[in-house]
Amino acid sequence: MIKLVRSTVIDAPISAVWNVLRDFNDHDRWHPIVQSSRIENRHHSDQVGAIRNFQLTSGERVREQLLELSDRNHCFRYRIVDSDIPLQNYIAEVSLKPVTDGNCTFWSWSSQFETPQGREQELAKLVAENVYEAGFEAVRSRVESGDRINKSKFSKNSGSATIKGSAVVIRRYGGADVLKMESCSAQAPAPGQIRIRQRAIGVNFIDVYCRTGLFKLIDPPGIPGMEAAGEVIDVGEGVEHLSPGQRVAYACAPLGAYATVRTMDAALVVHLPDSIDDVTAAGSLLKGVTAEFLLHRVHPVSAGDTILVYAPAGGLGSLLCQWARQLGATIIGATTNHQKIQAAHAVGAHHVITPDKSSLVEQVRELTDGRGVDVIYDGVGRDSFALSVDALADCGHLVSYGQASGDIGSWDIGSLAAKSASISRPNYVHYTNTREKIVPIVQRLFDAIERDVLKVNVNHKYSLQQAAEAHQALEERQTTGSIVLLPDS
Amino acid sequence: MAKVYTSSIINAPAARVWNTIRDFNALPVWHPLIADSRIEGGDASDKVGCVRAFRLKDGGFIRERLLALSDTDYCCIYSILESPMGVSDYVATLKLTPITDGDRTFAEWSAEFECTAESESSLVEQIGQGVFQAGFDALKQQFSI
Repeated sequence: MIKLVRSTVIDAPISAVWNVLRDFNDHDRWHPIVQSSRIENRHHSDQVGAIRNFQLTSGERVREQLLELSDRNHCFRYRIVDSDIPLQNYIAEVSLKPVTDGNCTFWSWSSQFETPQGREQELAKLVAENVYEAGFEAVRSRVESGDRINKSKFSKNSGSATIKGSAVVIRRYGGADVLKMESCSAQAPAPGQIRIRQRAIGVNFIDVYCRTGLFKLIDPPGIPGMEAAGEVIDVGEGVEHLSPGQRVAYACAPLGAYATVRTMDAALVVHLPDSIDDVTAAGSLLKGVTAEFLLHRVHPVSAGDTILVYAPAGGLGSLLCQWARQLGATIIGATTNHQKIQAAHAVGAHHVITPDKSSLVEQVRELTDGRGVDVIYDGVGRDSFALSVDALADCGHLVSYGQASGDIGSWDIGSLAAKSASISRPNYVHYTNTREKIVPIVQRLFDAIERDVLKVNVNHKYSLQQAAEAHQALEERQTTGSIVLLPDS
Repeated sequence: MAKVYTSSIINAPAARVWNTIRDFNALPVWHPLIADSRIEGGDASDKVGCVRAFRLKDGGFIRERLLALSDTDYCCIYSILESPMGVSDYVATLKLTPITDGDRTFAEWSAEFECTAESESSLVEQIGQGVFQAGFDALKQQFSI
């Protein structure tokens, strides 16, 4: 049994040091040897029992469990659950004490563990120096200087020159044929930005609206696309949560994802766990994040609810069905395309109705003993809105998240009193426009993908040059699941 | 229950500082407020349960019992049996922890006691600053040379 203690004094108040150390999942933001970390199973990072699953910059993977956390005593204990580095029965404690006559902090980091025979010294040295002492120095420079350290200074920087690439550019609004390849360049990242080598780009219906000019998100000339995955080339000043070489993904404005390389604000870019490949990330992030906040935040779905999902076989619809099923809801899918009935069942819909035969409301009533449904996810808009309100149960909720068929127009909210119905009109941006908002959503999404609660079907892959074909297929409703563009094929 | 906690950094290895303060009868040697001290009944000063009787330079007389002594944790716990301070159930802990970075010492001195509500804040100040911090200041001075 090896017992190890390292301790130091940090010239900052205990609250400032504890603020950095307390978050069990935050060590990838301050510890130079931690590349990326996430908390498993949707736990919070201050939940005793939570497991952080992280990768070192040297490549090894480690899982550690929080055993004890005390805000009163400023300490926490944790153990290694499994690790690529052979540390056995490893239990460690991080403890802070105030130094009352200097307004600074005593920090002790101790552990006991076993190692394979003959490796005691080597591994004790590794833990003491590369983990504890390196951690001391990183936190010291972060809190003593009064501002936050830029981790990039520990990492290789590829230099500041502009990088050439290619991109799909729209020079005027129009049909799919306005999507043309051009050369582009990505500037060195300014403060708060990162530069990304893109590996897979998601295609969404909103890209079509941007191309046609229905949504004025691009003022031509411009590059469409709001979702991609890739690798960080370099990071600008002040970017703490990402470092060069890391795999990342994003689904956010501003547009510009249809490119081989891109420089953008880092705040909403998240790092990807190893278990999620680039194509899966690019094919699922925008829709998955949307499904997460629709099902968990806009109107939490619980076991026993009956819900109605339009276009259940579509990209978002299929995620809503799979996830809601796991939450214990009964799912009715509504599609006008008979060929998609099978696909809707495959993603978890208990019942699939085809409301062109008889009215949607009648079919819903039939399946719910006349009661109606508790929640409706309606992205259709004009053509479905009145039917949706009609199909709700008493106190039911309509989530109107899109209007593919056109504007809904004005409605008399007094009519909702007939069944105490409620309606929400969520907008992606308000659930995802800060790092604090997007990170927990993405964590829950990745966790659901890893646990196979969500199966992401990227059924269509095109090269970036074939963006026009991809748009055509999407507009002609020939696709199922997700579409991804690959810059390198 | 009133609580006092004072801590400091002493620029010497913990083993050396412990050498100085380990002796329960050595307060006059290192603490500036203490005039003289003796162990009652001829006990050894590291005998757990021994009582030190000492006089402050301002004349106050105090008796304290050693409740625990640890050479592995550099820690000493004692209670007040008799004092002019107006406290009861007074238990204090003096503890040293090595700071591996620089081979220095993190010193903590804390106490818990009962007293009247009116006297609490002045006692906390008097004990925390007048006794504990004054002791640390003396140790820091001694080991800075």
